Amino acid sequence: MATKPKGAKKAPSKASKAELLEYYRAMLLIRRFEEKAGQLYGMGKIAGFCHLYIGQEAVVTGMQACLKDGDQVITGYRDHGHMLACGLDPNGVMAELTGRSGGLSKGKGGSMHMFSREKNFFGGHGIVGAQVPIGTGLAFANKYKGGDNVCLAYFGDGAANQGQVYEAFNMASLWDLPVVYVIENNQYAMGTSVARASAEVELFKRGISFEIEGEAVDGMDVLAVKEAGEKAVKYARSGKGPYILEMKTYRYRGHSMSDPAKYRKREEVDDIRSHHDPIEGLKAQIIEAGHATEDELKDIDKKIKGIVKDAADFSLESPEPDASELWTDVLREVEGA
Amino acid sequence: MSVDILMPALSPTMEEGTLSKWLKKEGDKISSGDIIAEIETDKATMEVEAVDEGVLAKILVAEGTEGVKVNAVIAVLAEEGEDADSVEPKSNGAAAEDDSADADAAPVSKEEKPEAKPEKEEAPAAPVLSDPSIPEGTNFTDTTVRDALRDAMAEEMRRDETVFVMGEEVAEYQGAYKVTRELLQEFGARRVVDTPITEHGFAGLGVGAAFGGLKPIVEFMTFNFAMQAIDQIINSAAKTLYMSGGQMGCSIVFRGPNGAASRVGAQHSQDYASWYGHIPGLKVIAPYDAADAKGLLKAAIRDPNPVVFLEHELLYGTSFPVPDLDDHILPIGKAAVKRKGSDVTLVAYSRMVGFALQAAEELAEQGIDAEVIDLRSIRPLDTATIIESVKKTNRIVTCEEGWRFMGIGAEICASVVADAFDYLDAPPARVHQKDVPLPYAANLEAMSLPGVSDIVAAARKVCYVDQE
Repeated sequence: MATKPKGAKKAPSKASKAELLEYYRAMLLIRRFEEKAGQLYGMGKIAGFCHLYIGQEAVVTGMQACLKDGDQVITGYRDHGHMLACGLDPNGVMAELTGRSGGLSKGKGGSMHMFSREKNFFGGHGIVGAQVPIGTGLAFANKYKGGDNVCLAYFGDGAANQGQVYEAFNMASLWDLPVVYVIENNQYAMGTSVARASAEVELFKRGISFEIEGEAVDGMDVLAVKEAGEKAVKYARSGKGPYILEMKTYRYRGHSMSDPAKYRKREEVDDIRSHHDPIEGLKAQIIEAGHATEDELKDIDKKIKGIVKDAADFSLESPEPDASELWTDVLREVEGA
Repeated sequence: MSVDILMPALSPTMEEGTLSKWLKKEGDKISSGDIIAEIETDKATMEVEAVDEGVLAKILVAEGTEGVKVNAVIAVLAEEGEDADSVEPKSNGAAAEDDSADADAAPVSKEEKPEAKPEKEEAPAAPVLSDPSIPEGTNFTDTTVRDALRDAMAEEMRRDETVFVMGEEVAEYQGAYKVTRELLQEFGARRVVDTPITEHGFAGLGVGAAFGGLKPIVEFMTFNFAMQAIDQIINSAAKTLYMSGGQMGCSIVFRGPNGAASRVGAQHSQDYASWYGHIPGLKVIAPYDAADAKGLLKAAIRDPNPVVFLEHELLYGTSFPVPDLDDHILPIGKAAVKRKGSDVTLVAYSRMVGFALQAAEELAEQGIDAEVIDLRSIRPLDTATIIESVKKTNRIVTCEEGWRFMGIGAEICASVVADAFDYLDAPPARVHQKDVPLPYAANLEAMSLPGVSDIVAAARKVCYVDQE
């Protein structure tokens, strides 16, 4: 069985200038958006749990580039980045974080519970690991309907220890369902490191007993993610069944906004930031290849800051949901009733 | 010494079965472990193995005989050296006492099947006060609850390509309780999906398939096993429409037997009506008779919301008249008045409806005229029908198989006290299971579960017949 670690080898830069700039833009949007969300949380404008994606941007950006129309995406509660990568309006995402009527769920879902039928983004799930069987069910529906669409089911190293993940693996493999499991291994399940929680720390091997192919990927390199993602998505799309990608990545911030992150050393975070940052890494490649100058990239940065500022403004100006919304969307009306 | 071969009990709920085939004939030599006959139970066709050795001296029940009671003597084995022609059954089987000492009197045929013991079985009766939605002049066919459920699924699967059924043993095994019998043959393995034993996983997979635009019917072999999956039912299926601001509908049915079965112990005998009834975003149905089971399951499958459909194993084999309509579908959330009365209201759901109807008959003999309401739907709960009845009778007894504490009866009593306080002539009474895990021992199990006599006693109490 071809289950092999790839380690952190540098992916060859086959990507075009336009693609590289698009990845840069997409990752930067997530980074700036999340920084702003953190700021708004500190100001008391965002409440509850808020899990930031800073540091992991290359994973969703690279994977999203492998999808076609009709493919689905589902993830856990660290979901803002996935929504932006799916093309959802930053205003709607931010306004959901502030709990306003302009939010994607009309303010009724919050940070962990956002969805978009239109963009095939199926959440946004607050129960660790629950999205894995659900994503497998989306893949089941794809196969049932006879198309060649694929579902990407993202989950973390923490969710990788939930029993229902393996129940889903078993059925996906048994029935050759078109699903790619993307394990975002950011090294810590809340405050518990992978080594302290997992008997087998190489999570891509977790599919072996289900006959699911898997590999480890440098999740801090968007091009490596894209390359591995293309292969996995093609595999699933061709009807061969599920595939596991373990993205070795890192979150810079705490598990949630209320996490002081005492379980790791400051130096560890600084080291990743200085030497493995996905955005800085891509920036260096773009400049080295002569695709853009430092100034041109600064212009992109400026535009993104503008988009994020607008989103923040919108999220604060949008009114709270009307009191009548308390009672809507509990059940759908029965047609003809 | 000859040995009697008795009709074996081959499932927890089996009381009788069909002797479908003899694999040995009179005069054959039999060793222990030989398969001597095939018996069709309420669930499956089973092989009967010989326990003793000898010669099959006499076959007392011909193959093809239906309604052979458990423990009836079906054949006699002559031991080595014994004259096979002279052996007689000892007639020590339990059923033999009931029927007749005459060994030639084969167990009753289907037509003559006697009414079962009152406390144990249901009282189907005619389609009393049937739904107004059923046109006058409609013919009815006696159908078991099991087949009514099956027909409902088959009809909806014919009607809508996106409807499929999944669960443990639903396809090749034909259903652990035969409810999905022959669906595989008609619809194929794509739409009748055998799952591994993985409730949490396949419930979640079903939710995902529903999000993806399909209409799954997820069968739990029993709702006891659905506790493994309850997170997906509540957190994913019930709440997502709200959390998504109305975008993400989840049209899915979770169905299977709920409540006590027969001597299967605490972990296999729980009524979950109040658990699921608690959750906004779910619809919860618990039908009693076959017509409601069919009409409401069809409605549940078409409903755009997640529906928990609670069946009762001990009703699967009971026949009720089902209307001969092309599309018998009932509205969810409407209770049915099964018996009109003026002195006391008995509110029940699922199997307790049968007991309430029997209790009403007993009460009538005692001069108390009881009205019986079949809730049919737990959520939404048709409080209007209950309140209307209480305003007439001024007395209420709630009947549930589950525990009293935080139960369905508690909810109904609170509603009645809040909305019809001035009409009550007595404090509401509740009939329910005793507040203990269900015991296995037959006597303790019987003591634990509510029955007809409990309802009669409660009704007499609220009518102040028994002063104490």
